[in-house]
Amino acid sequence: MDTENSIKLPLKEKARPQKRITSFFISLFNINKFILRFFKEAFLPPYEFKEIIRQCYEVGVRSFTLISLTGFIVGLIFTKQSRPSLSNFGANSWLPSLVSIAIMRALAPLVTALIAAGKVGSSIGAELGSMRVTEQIDAMEVSGTKPFKFLVCTRVLATTLTIPILATYTAFIGLLGGYINVATNEGTSYSTFMQQVFEPLTFVDFTASLIKSIVFGFTIGIVGCYQGYYSTKGTEGVGKAANGAVVTAMFLIFVEEIVIVQISSWFR
Amino acid sequence: MDKGKAPIDYQNAVITIKGLTKSFDDQHVLRGIDVELYQGENLVVLGRSGTGKSVLIKIISGLLKADEGHVEVLGKDINKIADRELQELRIRIGFSFQNSALYDSMTVRKNLEFPLVRNRRNITRKEIDIAVETVLDAVGLGKTINQMPAELSGGQRKRIGIARTLILNPEIMLYDEPTAGLDPITCIEINELINEVQQRYKTSSIIITHDMTCAKSTGDRIAMLLDGQFQRQGSFEEVFKTNDERVKPFFDYNFIQ
Repeated sequence: MDTENSIKLPLKEKARPQKRITSFFISLFNINKFILRFFKEAFLPPYEFKEIIRQCYEVGVRSFTLISLTGFIVGLIFTKQSRPSLSNFGANSWLPSLVSIAIMRALAPLVTALIAAGKVGSSIGAELGSMRVTEQIDAMEVSGTKPFKFLVCTRVLATTLTIPILATYTAFIGLLGGYINVATNEGTSYSTFMQQVFEPLTFVDFTASLIKSIVFGFTIGIVGCYQGYYSTKGTEGVGKAANGAVVTAMFLIFVEEIVIVQISSWFR
Repeated sequence: MDKGKAPIDYQNAVITIKGLTKSFDDQHVLRGIDVELYQGENLVVLGRSGTGKSVLIKIISGLLKADEGHVEVLGKDINKIADRELQELRIRIGFSFQNSALYDSMTVRKNLEFPLVRNRRNITRKEIDIAVETVLDAVGLGKTINQMPAELSGGQRKRIGIARTLILNPEIMLYDEPTAGLDPITCIEINELINEVQQRYKTSSIIITHDMTCAKSTGDRIAMLLDGQFQRQGSFEEVFKTNDERVKPFFDYNFIQ
């Protein structure tokens, strides 16, 4: 069984706080093994196109409403909160540029990823965790099918493909929120706003944003699947898998954000 | 004991296990299992809860790895074969899980189609439909085809679980507690189904249970798992003709109480 291949700590050692560091490194080793297995199996035939498309739809549908609402509010509030600071310098006309830089470079991918981590990551963790504890994954394995390919590869590919699309959508919705605020207060026309939005953006901004979204999507998928696939201890384990999927993914998303921002700043 | 079954070929062992041991941390579950399953035979493994009965069939199906010992299934050493070979071997082994393990996000039809379409990539829609109808007919649940697992009763779930394994025409059937949690009448129906499957699909089976009625009505041979080893093997009468205090309660509880 897959769970047997993972290194485990003896129960007594698990309880000792001083062994937590060892436990952390063992988890790190196991998740790396899981990622390697994903790359080994995902690109080998037979391909599960139908299931990937179904999962992409699930990821999109699950997060769409919340992302629309959050994206719009973030754009609107950010614009509103930035206005007083710019007004002090008489630089209100820079507001669209400021909003576009903030949304395109950071807010859109980050907000999308955090929402997807909560909605999609937890759902993947709980679903696979439940399948593990009710022996559905074992049932797939003994029937000669490859559960890792069908359950894990499809979900990770789906989040990796869908999060960038959702992040792009969030960016446009956020800019719409910003535009409504700017148009209401400054009376800026749509064409002027859009011109000022795209003026400060460079190729590096778009590329960094896209790479960030892809990395976030992959992280959400792989963490959710890892937590669920190796879930144990019955129904309690399902809850832990869902919770672990959200907490770990969010933590990693922030770490990745810092790293990618640092790298992209070298190219500017 | 004639249960209207296909004959047993005692010259042809489909499973051979020698010196099998398995431990979980410091808990030694199996401590040297030696057993053979012959072509066409129903072997019932009896034992108390937690004695490693399910572990045994999980090792046979390659879900768990043995610590030591030799496990040969359909001529292949399960501990030494490559992943691809193991996958091919698993198609020839049917595994009916204790809680049925139906895919709860799929209808009965999709549950049955799942192993088929994934193992026979060039199969046509018509062939799939015929195979699904045939196995549903074999378990007597044709009307449930479009239902979700959550809408089925415990007995129906067991039957669909068995149908899902039958769709690949297995040579060996492994039943993990097939009558656990079912009412007496449904238990009898499941026992009859196990015998029907053996007759119709010419399977050899290992049935894990602590239900004595199931053991008596389905088993050609009973193996009693005690302290991690098969202490008693033989026909139902042979196994229970004893004063062994570890064995007697099984019989007394079911047939005297």
